[in-house]
Amino acid sequence: MRAFSQLLDGLVYTRSRNGKLDLIAHYMRTAPDPDRGWALAALTGNLDLNAVKASTIGAMARARTDPVLFEMSRDYVGDLAETVALLWPRAEGQAEEVDDATLTLSAIVDRLHAVSRASAPAVLAGMMDHLDASGRFALLKLATGGLRVGISARLAKTGFAQAFDLDVDEVEECWHALAPPYTDLFRWAEGKADRPDPAGTPFFRPFMLAHPLEAESVDLDHYAAEWKWDGIRVQIVGTGRETRLYSRAGDDITATFPDIAQAFRHHAVLDGELLVKGEFQGGEAASFNALQQRLGRKAVTARMMSDYPAFVRLYDILLDGENDLRALPWAQRRAALETTVPALDPDRFDISALIEAPDFETLAGIRAGARDASIEGVMLKRRDSPYVAGRKAALWYKWKRDPLTADCVMMYAQRGHGKRSSFYSDYTFGCWTQDGELLPVGKAYSGFSDEELKWLDRFVRTNTVNRFGPVREVEKSLVLEVAFDSIHDSKRHKSGLAMRFPRIARIRRDKPANEADTVAGLRRLVS
Amino acid sequence: MKPLAEPTRPLHFFQQAMPHWIEPHPTGIYVRPADAWIDPSTPRERALVTHGHADHARGGHGHVWATRETLAIMALRYSTASGTPVPYGEEVRMGGVTIGFVPAGHVLGSAQIVLSHAGERVVVTGDYKRRPDPTCKPFEPVPCDIFVTEATFGLPVFRHPDTGSEVDRLLAALHAHPDRCVLVGAYALGKAQRLIMELRGRGHHDPIHIHGALERMCDLYRQFGIELGDLRPATDVPAREMRGRIIVSPPSALNDRWSRRLPDPITAMASGWMRVRQRARQRNVELPLVISDHADWDELTDTIREVAPSETWITHGREEALLHWCMTRQMRARALALVGREDEDEG
Repeated sequence: MRAFSQLLDGLVYTRSRNGKLDLIAHYMRTAPDPDRGWALAALTGNLDLNAVKASTIGAMARARTDPVLFEMSRDYVGDLAETVALLWPRAEGQAEEVDDATLTLSAIVDRLHAVSRASAPAVLAGMMDHLDASGRFALLKLATGGLRVGISARLAKTGFAQAFDLDVDEVEECWHALAPPYTDLFRWAEGKADRPDPAGTPFFRPFMLAHPLEAESVDLDHYAAEWKWDGIRVQIVGTGRETRLYSRAGDDITATFPDIAQAFRHHAVLDGELLVKGEFQGGEAASFNALQQRLGRKAVTARMMSDYPAFVRLYDILLDGENDLRALPWAQRRAALETTVPALDPDRFDISALIEAPDFETLAGIRAGARDASIEGVMLKRRDSPYVAGRKAALWYKWKRDPLTADCVMMYAQRGHGKRSSFYSDYTFGCWTQDGELLPVGKAYSGFSDEELKWLDRFVRTNTVNRFGPVREVEKSLVLEVAFDSIHDSKRHKSGLAMRFPRIARIRRDKPANEADTVAGLRRLVS
Repeated sequence: MKPLAEPTRPLHFFQQAMPHWIEPHPTGIYVRPADAWIDPSTPRERALVTHGHADHARGGHGHVWATRETLAIMALRYSTASGTPVPYGEEVRMGGVTIGFVPAGHVLGSAQIVLSHAGERVVVTGDYKRRPDPTCKPFEPVPCDIFVTEATFGLPVFRHPDTGSEVDRLLAALHAHPDRCVLVGAYALGKAQRLIMELRGRGHHDPIHIHGALERMCDLYRQFGIELGDLRPATDVPAREMRGRIIVSPPSALNDRWSRRLPDPITAMASGWMRVRQRARQRNVELPLVISDHADWDELTDTIREVAPSETWITHGREEALLHWCMTRQMRARALALVGREDEDEG
């Protein structure tokens, strides 16, 4: 357990992605079977245990410690699992707190698999006595069913691939043919067996991605144009018997959108944009804000599904039955998609229409005329391009709408993370009310150059008027031109507004703060 | 993190009949027959000082009694001029009170002040710990009637691991990243020097680079015979040269502009607070090292059992929990709520 609990500690404290990948790769290379397989399952969210309730953990701790001291400790530490892990009393006659190595991760998983509600407190307590504080924390997190170490399934798989010099997309392709503790996967990774055959399982295929359009124009004889919808990219994988949904990162989000998965009975792999029905986006989809209500939920209520009904606007087909279409030109895949969509439930699926324009200038005019803020811009897809994983030059372009901008006043600054931890690099900015008060309208931490960051950092340090823990309040004198993709109503902020993708476009040293924009002015841009 | 609630139990239950010859005040402990204050936070004519940390030792007193080491630290930090050194184990008499200084094991020169008067013995510990520390003499328990203790880590979640294993984790991180350096935040008086000595004790004899704010204190430790090995500045040294090296700085410099000169540092911090994940995360620490100069929960409670006082006074920290612990064992105890104690970085 020690190797695994140290891995979790490392993942909690390490900020950089590469650092996290190194930690995962090292563990996957050095830990024994089947421990490392269970660890991979836990990190990718595929470890299915009978979750022990938080109240059980609390009761277990109260039985072993003074309940008053336990409550005081919990008030101080905050997190229940961490409190119990830290104050768990040493076993009789144990001088130092040690992981005595009698419990392997797989032994723990076996016991948690078998545990019942009634036996949980005794089984858990028995294991706690053999672990150190890190081990106890890891055990309690496993038992309550959420590691929360801030990594995605994709990152865990990437770390695994890195450990054995594999291509993560190859891992992804066979992933769903496998079940924890992934013995066949490790055998293949170490060259001891063939790659597991994923046939017949609904596994994820890596997405094809787009480059931002930098050229002045493209030839529409070679490129087709579609709207760029403001939802989330989703892949629907159906085998006829089972359907799964995957996010852009390759995470399985079927449980979040059962309404979509249940409506799809086809044997095919489709690519599209997941949206919520509403009045925007061509009159059928709601803004991204509405979709956000449905994101990130492990379970979804009937109420959520009826208040925010989801549908998918399809734009590509990767597999039709067992037929892999990815090597075909886009035009042929589009034709296949157009024959597939009419057979689907029209309540849940439609097709992303092409924008018909004779030439690029006309297209530019159509793009400029799209007032609907929930359209992000235009996609340009090469008509003869195959469907290839990742971002390949000159095949797909995203041509985003020009951002909106506003002149805002810097109000607060906070230090960044990792390489930026010595810089005040996160800025909260505001606009004026009619009464001459500044209200925060957003926060940005990108868009500036390294030189500009140094200048901003110096500005914050020399113009601090107040400190609140890690946050500095600054003299309200600096105007920042903020660019953002769209702006929405929000109950979360006092100004009632929330920006999408705000970033610092320019530092307006020339502009006096009282000439910055007003909240009322910003409100007129709300989509 | 929520602060602990105010004690709800009325304190008079624990209070003994006044007047007593020793009086707790918010600004320090007054020893009436000697007309002297222990660790006063405002300037006093006569001060008895347990150790050199700023929340116990201040400048501006008329005359100070302390160990020779503590006086030297006070001269360096607060320009304290006038003082009488009292070596460990020796006693002075003041207005009918016999006053002795006994090692507290906290930092160089730290002492418990043992006061005897009218057949009663009072021990004021200042800050203390029970673990071995290569830079100071170990804590000596003195049986007494009134035991005045700190409670910085007075919650059962605070249980410091073995120091050696924490230092090994630091060395492992260093060796795993030969192109980077490890920057350790450590309090400038005590923790920094102890960490360096612990590293030397684990066979690490490479040069260690130190922040400018540590230099004078390290020099002072050397004058008292603590050999810190090869120490070098961290400024005016090419970043290249500091790869694979340990850099020690005060905690406040960890995320500050100063650290930008270092070669891709792994940020570490040596403190008892590092036991709580959120504390480490708040400070952007990647390698939390639980190394403390204060007693942890087990040390606090074991020490109270060992000196077996008829009454325990708790000066500062998480006093509510320690008070509860005493009560449930039918031990008399009271919280003093002294002001200005507990420096967040010093733990």
